Amino acid sequence: MSLTSNLRPAVVSMVLFTALLGVAYPLGVTAVSQALFPAQAGGSLIRDASGAIVGSALIGQNFSGEAYLRPRPSAAGKDGYDATSSSGSNLGPLNEDLATRIKTDAEASRVADGAGPIPPDAVQASASGLDPHISPENAARQIERIAKARGIQPLQVAEIVAQNTEGYLLGFIGRPRVNVLTANLALDARYPKAQAKP
Amino acid sequence: MDWRGWAEIVFTIALTVAIGWPLGLFMSRVWAGDRTWLDPVLRPVERLTYAAFGIDSKKGQTWLGYAAALIAFSAAGFVMLYLQLRFQNLLPLNPQGFDGLSPHLAFNTAVSFVTNTNWQSYGGEATMSHLSQMAGLTVQNFVSAGAGLAVAAAIARAFAADRGETLGNFWVDLTRVVLYVLLPLSIVTALALVAAGVPQTLLANVEAATLVGVKQVISLAPTASQEAIKQWGTNGGGIFNVNSAHPFENPSPLTNLIEVVSLNALAFGTVVAFGRVAGARKEARALLAAMVILVGVAAAAIYASETLTPQPALAAAGISNPTANMEGKEVRFGPAASALWAAQTTGASNGSVNSMHGSFMPLGGGMALFMIQLGEILPGGAGSGLYGMVVMALLAVFVAGLMVGRTPEYLGKKVEAREIKFAMLAVLILPLAILGFSAVAAVTPVALEGLLNKGPRGLTEILYAYSSAAGNNGSAYAGLTANAPWWNTTLGIAMLLGRFAYAIPVLAIAGAIAAKPKLAPTAGTLPSDSPLFVGLLIGIILILGGLQFFPALALGPIVEHFQVLAASR
Repeated sequence: MSLTSNLRPAVVSMVLFTALLGVAYPLGVTAVSQALFPAQAGGSLIRDASGAIVGSALIGQNFSGEAYLRPRPSAAGKDGYDATSSSGSNLGPLNEDLATRIKTDAEASRVADGAGPIPPDAVQASASGLDPHISPENAARQIERIAKARGIQPLQVAEIVAQNTEGYLLGFIGRPRVNVLTANLALDARYPKAQAKP
Repeated sequence: MDWRGWAEIVFTIALTVAIGWPLGLFMSRVWAGDRTWLDPVLRPVERLTYAAFGIDSKKGQTWLGYAAALIAFSAAGFVMLYLQLRFQNLLPLNPQGFDGLSPHLAFNTAVSFVTNTNWQSYGGEATMSHLSQMAGLTVQNFVSAGAGLAVAAAIARAFAADRGETLGNFWVDLTRVVLYVLLPLSIVTALALVAAGVPQTLLANVEAATLVGVKQVISLAPTASQEAIKQWGTNGGGIFNVNSAHPFENPSPLTNLIEVVSLNALAFGTVVAFGRVAGARKEARALLAAMVILVGVAAAAIYASETLTPQPALAAAGISNPTANMEGKEVRFGPAASALWAAQTTGASNGSVNSMHGSFMPLGGGMALFMIQLGEILPGGAGSGLYGMVVMALLAVFVAGLMVGRTPEYLGKKVEAREIKFAMLAVLILPLAILGFSAVAAVTPVALEGLLNKGPRGLTEILYAYSSAAGNNGSAYAGLTANAPWWNTTLGIAMLLGRFAYAIPVLAIAGAIAAKPKLAPTAGTLPSDSPLFVGLLIGIILILGGLQFFPALALGPIVEHFQVLAASR
């Protein structure tokens, strides 16, 4: 009952549990995962024709220029989409910094893509700062600009967007979403950058 | 809001209970020491373990013995984890070359994981070596949950006993729960998560050259193995700073469903196991019903808040749908899955998040905060949810007994002064730690330096931090920069109070209950399996939590809500 009689089991149990749960379990899961699901276990990395890594299908990146779908605002790292420093803005609804940022982003969106309705995800930062997705409404709003920049028809862009859109799980779980990186990769592959205006 | 969101909320809660039920039946066999299908593999391991511990696995412990073992085990875990974190720079498997943690951060983090809180004052991908994540934090993810489930087993046995002296053996309960329940569940879940996209690698950083010609460094980690036990053990400390909102921890609606089910299923199952072991199946169902009702109402309230509250910033910028709050939410989850997770994680003392509560609308975030303040019993943390709920049930029968002038009974045991004193001691720790520390922090300049938002939301950041710590939850209004001596130290103390100043009175109650004779119900016994009792229990939970915390909430989220309405006019 005394604390001394508990000393041995307390110390021995921590050593044994560390070996089992802290070493054998994670390393065992790693070994099996690498064997069965190497792509996912490695971070769903995407490589170009030469084998160089261009990103992860799960991690958002910054995109600029007229010819690409643009991601959501990001609070990860100083310039956004810093995949070593995930973060949301953590700003409350009455925070003035939030109001200023939303106003600036909404104006930029109007300059780039016209006066049509702007969906919330286009001006509100994600929780992770690394959200790889945008809403289909957000993507639809950008189609005309991308088509013009690449000298192609809006329908051709819409087709690529549709191919990179995922829907509900079982018809009601999660939300429809467009993967920005894979859509932009598909645009570059099908309608190469040579056609894109600088 | 739309029908799909409501369907997702209802479906997920139903699925969680449906999976928790058989798990509970299985766990009751593990608690009882019965044979299971895992015996051929695990029984020999178990025997060797007890030999190494130097204990007699047949020998029960009194409540004091059980409590002493719990404390000794937690202390050993704390010392080991503290040293490991403090000196991770000298240890292997540190590919990014991170420094050792500062003394106050190592203290906070070690307390946090040993108490099953898993508050993160740090950003994992920028602080922790792989060894610290695996051999330090993952281990405590298992064993702190195992310790909670052991205490739950002890209180279940107390109600089954007839003039009993012992509550079982802590070392046996801990070992069996970890080996037979937590480890197998985690292995299966981790592999499912990897298949669905969660990384599991010992590589640290990969460099990508992006399409627009900049370099993106991507942090990787053995994520899935910790993700699985983080959820099953109601731990909540993520590999990455933003926890299950990070696309590596939670890449899709499917992984979200797996993770949110594993967040609550075992806590529901623990109630089922309690019913079996204590011989009170119907009464356990009543406890379960109260939990499901309250967590469902909370999810609905947060969902409504996040989709119906007008937002001044969006309206001013002319956004198409100015009541949909996507700040701090991921597109793949949207408001419904974010609201449901928020309710489940704060009801469960888990504290993992898939959205940023600090950017919720005032009432949505306030509801999450209130769920923590209700005592982490809806359905609560691993084991701690069950024993917290039993304390509430004792208070409910006591109040009912006062009303009708009879000696209260619960599950065939008379509830007398000693039990009620210990129950009150336990439930008063939460307001003491939350309101006491918050009041001091609100007038302490070094504490206020950590706040991001001003006004009522700033106060909410403080209240949320201490509620999260004292409730052993671990989620945050993350605008607060907590990695500073003041916050790390005071939050660490609040976590210790919330864990041990609760669990030890519960064990004392268990000891007193076990020693009483088991009575047959009479005509004068208040049935504790009826809808009336469920209503009474919910009433006690809400009145206790509401009376204690309403004044503080009125100055935080409630006043902010009216400010938001005024600003949108």
